[in-house]
Amino acid sequence: MRVAVTVNGTEYARDVEPRLLLIHFLRDQLGLTGSHWGCDTSNCGSCVVWLDETPVKACTVLAAMADGRIVRTVEDLARNGQLDPVQQGFIECHGLQCGFCTPGMMMTARWLLDRNPDPAEAEIREVLSGLLCRCTGYENIVRSVRWAAQHPAGHPGESP
Amino acid sequence: MQVPSHVEYERATSVEHALALLGRPDHRVLAGGHSLIPMMKLRLAQPGVLVDINGLAELAFIKEHSGQLRIGALARHADLLDSAAAGQHFPIFHDAERVVADPIVRLWGTVGGSLCQADPSEDLSAVFAAVRATAVIRGQDGDREVPVREFHLGPYETVIGPGELLAEIRVPIIPGTGSAYEKVARRVGDWSVAAAGAVLQLHKHTIKEAGIGLTAVAAEHFVAAEAEDFLRGKPATEENFEKAAKIAAEHCQPIPDQRGPEDYKRHLVAELTTRALRRAAGRAAGRAAQRAKT
Repeated sequence: MRVAVTVNGTEYARDVEPRLLLIHFLRDQLGLTGSHWGCDTSNCGSCVVWLDETPVKACTVLAAMADGRIVRTVEDLARNGQLDPVQQGFIECHGLQCGFCTPGMMMTARWLLDRNPDPAEAEIREVLSGLLCRCTGYENIVRSVRWAAQHPAGHPGESP
Repeated sequence: MQVPSHVEYERATSVEHALALLGRPDHRVLAGGHSLIPMMKLRLAQPGVLVDINGLAELAFIKEHSGQLRIGALARHADLLDSAAAGQHFPIFHDAERVVADPIVRLWGTVGGSLCQADPSEDLSAVFAAVRATAVIRGQDGDREVPVREFHLGPYETVIGPGELLAEIRVPIIPGTGSAYEKVARRVGDWSVAAAGAVLQLHKHTIKEAGIGLTAVAAEHFVAAEAEDFLRGKPATEENFEKAAKIAAEHCQPIPDQRGPEDYKRHLVAELTTRALRRAAGRAAGRAAQRAKT
């Protein structure tokens, strides 16, 4: 079947099998490998992207379901050469080690901050509770999101 | 790599369109997909054609109407958690929705989908059983109403037939009630080891009606009927809650598995039922006090 999906502002039309999962559509057909294909069972959250501005685990949605919709992936976080404050926060606070879970963490954190610009630590932990990180123990990820909340312009060294 | 087997895809443009498609052989509803797609990956489900109903906005509502809370089948778990009307009349929904899957999954998984999935460990099935909800099932000849306590035929089986679609769930709003849900799971997003939901309708300190829903412990229709019978007409005391919880624990049939042995699950049913009844009674009393003030 033919699907037309707007990904990061560009419309892509492709012939796909209806059983194709969105994560494989993004990675294998569009070459957008920033979103990671992890557990395959909607547990780990490494594949989180936005579908019509709502985060979704892209291993648990069909590309066909995204037809006519808007997808945003981690590749779209930085704009005009400027990192998103969430990305800068992960740099400042050492929010990643191996980096596998990072795209899902950052897309979920951006969504949280768009809805709640100043979340408490408990709110950050709650919204990230469906994502797994095997390196950091989550502490630095939470700090990274807090950093982004305190630096909405994203510049390092800027005082809150 | 987990990939569903070959399947065709149709997008329903209206409820009527969906019903026409679902009348054909081997067509299956695709809503949030967060139960169906994992089952398709494991080849536990192999539908021929998926009928995507995500575009049917007329099924995505939560509203108070004519003394009922009405929940469209396509309302997302996150919508129910955010619903002030649901929280005001039935705190049990908010208790439960905080522990259904995880926050990202809750943005997509639907209330109707959870009920239709009929997983024996599903949380909302116990909640809707406790509040004595009614399922509105739409077919090409119109609607039929089925009490949620008669909705499930067994694991992964419901009364919904070919050419039918769960349209909404209606919950009667009864003054003087309090409700609560208590769940034990091994980690965030996991199924219950056991969980209990309770609804109490109090008249002063007497229990006029009780609803107790259990999940993951093979209670028939997710209901602890014998415990409800015990409570009806009795004073709302800690002693009676403990006795009812003990009855509930005796009458369910938990299956030992990797989540725990049978005696542990029965212990959980007793403890969680007691806690849910206690909190439900507290909330009912709190609402009565609030009403007396205003």
